Amino acid sequence: MSALTVTGVSKAFGETLAVDDVSLHVPHGSLTAVLGPSGCGKTTLLRLIAGFLAPDAGTIAFDDRVVAGAGRPVPPQDRRVGYVPQEGALFPHLDVAANIGFGLPRGERAAGARIDEMLDLVELPRTFRGRAPHELSGGQQQRVALARALAPRPTVVLLDEPFSSLDASLRESTGRAVARALRAAQATGLLVTHDQSEALSLSDQVAVLRDGRLIQAGSPADVYLAPHDPELARFVGGATSLPGRAGQGTAATCALGSVTLTHPSSADDLVLVIRPDQVVLDPAGVEARVDEVSFYGHDAAIRLTVAGAALVARVPGPSAPAAGDRVRVGVRGTVHAYPAPVRD
Amino acid sequence: MAVALLAVIPLVYVATYTVIIGPAELWDLVVRPRVLELLRNTVTLAVATMAATAVLGIGLAFVVERTDLPARRLWHGLLVAPLAVPAFVNGYAWVSLDRSINGFGGAWLVVTLSYYPLVYLPAVASLRGLDPALEEASWSLGHTRWQAFTRVVLPQLRPALLGGTLLVGLHLLAEFGALSLLRFPTFTTAIYDQYASTFNGSAATAMAAVLVMLCLFLLLAELRLRGTRHYARVGHGAARVSEPVALRGLRWPVVALVGGLVVLALGVPTYALLHWLVVGTSTEFPLGELLSAMGSTVVLATVGALATTLAAVPVAWLAVRYRGRLTTLVERSTYVANALPGIVVGLSLVVASLRLVPVLYQTAILLVVAYAILFLPRAVVSVRAGLEQAPVVLDHVAQSLGTGPLETARRVTLPLIAPSLGAGAALVFLAISTELTATLMLSPIGTRTLATEFWSASSELRYGAAAPYALLLVLISVPATVLLMRQERLHP
Repeated sequence: MSALTVTGVSKAFGETLAVDDVSLHVPHGSLTAVLGPSGCGKTTLLRLIAGFLAPDAGTIAFDDRVVAGAGRPVPPQDRRVGYVPQEGALFPHLDVAANIGFGLPRGERAAGARIDEMLDLVELPRTFRGRAPHELSGGQQQRVALARALAPRPTVVLLDEPFSSLDASLRESTGRAVARALRAAQATGLLVTHDQSEALSLSDQVAVLRDGRLIQAGSPADVYLAPHDPELARFVGGATSLPGRAGQGTAATCALGSVTLTHPSSADDLVLVIRPDQVVLDPAGVEARVDEVSFYGHDAAIRLTVAGAALVARVPGPSAPAAGDRVRVGVRGTVHAYPAPVRD
Repeated sequence: MAVALLAVIPLVYVATYTVIIGPAELWDLVVRPRVLELLRNTVTLAVATMAATAVLGIGLAFVVERTDLPARRLWHGLLVAPLAVPAFVNGYAWVSLDRSINGFGGAWLVVTLSYYPLVYLPAVASLRGLDPALEEASWSLGHTRWQAFTRVVLPQLRPALLGGTLLVGLHLLAEFGALSLLRFPTFTTAIYDQYASTFNGSAATAMAAVLVMLCLFLLLAELRLRGTRHYARVGHGAARVSEPVALRGLRWPVVALVGGLVVLALGVPTYALLHWLVVGTSTEFPLGELLSAMGSTVVLATVGALATTLAAVPVAWLAVRYRGRLTTLVERSTYVANALPGIVVGLSLVVASLRLVPVLYQTAILLVVAYAILFLPRAVVSVRAGLEQAPVVLDHVAQSLGTGPLETARRVTLPLIAPSLGAGAALVFLAISTELTATLMLSPIGTRTLATEFWSASSELRYGAAAPYALLLVLISVPATVLLMRQERLHP
């Protein structure tokens, strides 16, 4: 396995720029999630790395071996990338063992030791060898697809929304099993997803893409706690933004009263981003009207109106108010602030 | 591209011909009392048959799929079985039993009985694929059963109905054997007579031009009526089987009606065949000639099927993998050929080969080319369906696992599309073995196939001698019918 380095890569389809000057480094043996809404260019980026597309500009390198951007691009079959597409795409005419062994040299395919090793790695019983793809559940198909990609010892493994077709309960367990298998194989992985909780929980690094541009790349905690801009905060943390005014140092005021900023701000007019887990029911806080309550059991999301501004709060399930109630709320912890966009 | 060019030879021929002789002479050739009579015959028979097959097809499909008719599976099999009887064999059966069956009435009866399965089969497939929840939603909105049928079910059957009746119309415009036996002249039979008796190219081609216009008109009408609406099922999961409609008191009258139809469509030809087989074989049973006709039929059909399927692969490949305006045009152009009657294809190839490559005239190669033009669409449909089962993502996966393009084709694509290649070839094989018109016009002198032998015997009223050939033709069509039924089940 090697490190993956993407430098200044762009790709346009006609007039639209699908990938716009993206640079990204995935260290050896780590898993990076490329996160973004559909149509943000994340699948195009993955296809560029796999070699199904050639970039218009920029280079792609596995360690120091440049595979695209210097002379003729290396064709996909010579790049040694493992590719796990949506819904697995197992070869329907081959059984599990033949699928996993597809990329192995003839001798190793016949010996079968590597196939058993791969089945163990993705935590499937060896008795599955002779099953046809249609006899497997969606999650099992994904695991076989991963085993097939890992079997020829690829330099990088690319996963294209591999869990999006699974239902919610299966998605989480399959995701964890896949991440475990990737770590056990010490594989360098790139996982494309639009699901922020999947990206945050499975990966070592999260790279957020929007309109083809890389907005932020960092550890899951960084991206969640210190988002690059208010839009990213809304996308990743489900945060609400409120207008505010800067005070002395890290002090500021907004509809929720006075709050403490993470960093002192240079601007006077601010946009404050407040995550739902920061809003708490507080008898000493400001008054708010409860508009809507979504009860989840362990907690509840409540939509509030505070002095004309809409706000989302996440409170423990047992203490959830009812719609129409009047409550008092406050802010816990420090708040991220961005200079307000200038209006003319 | 070359395949598409080949497929439009007949069109080009008819078009250039009409330009060359000029509008004035064409007008003179077309506007004659004889041609106008043919036009009236052809159009009235086409309209009457399309209407009759539409009513029969939808009605039977509903009775078999949606009511508590006893032994529904048996009836289904019996109702599809007439597909295995070529229309000219059916015509032979009726006219050989009763000479008075002829003219418009006889022709209408025989072609309706031969062609109604072309509407019935897709209608059954659509009814089966239809989610009963749609009807239930309609009832819940206050519709009666009848309103639900006309306002919800019938519109959903529209693609099947349109596609089926279009096929009936095209078959009818191309029908030669049955109508000739029943002495009901249409354009196709008149073109053949003209060609066979006088080799009068101008008159035959002028009529062919009118015939092509009629075929294209049908195709365009279908496209316009079908429009761009989609009839997809919204949502996932398997559709439930709907609750059958209770026939109650109508039960036995319905059984009698369906049974009567089966007797007419299947019983009559079977009886006629057996009758003449017994009468005929008592006088003569030319085993040697039968075997040689069978042999040349099998050889021609095998070569034709292989050539057609091979030609279909690039067309289907382009259409599936590189969707675009040009590739759609290439694919569609082969479908236009599907609308061209065998008589026009035969005529145009005779003229084209005489003008351009006289060496090919009267050779088996030209005949195989005609088969390829005629039956390419059937092969394309099959191969296309196969390629849809081999999405490009599988190629990508194989490539990422280190296999080159050739190895990917060998290890992934070919194994996946092999069954549909086989099905396509089989369908073409069987279509060729019962093809009559183009074979009559193009087969090399001395080449006798089952269809041409049957034709020469029955058109000389030697009904007994024709029977063994007819029996072999029917037997050879049985596997095609089974395959067609399977396909309907897989791709409604």
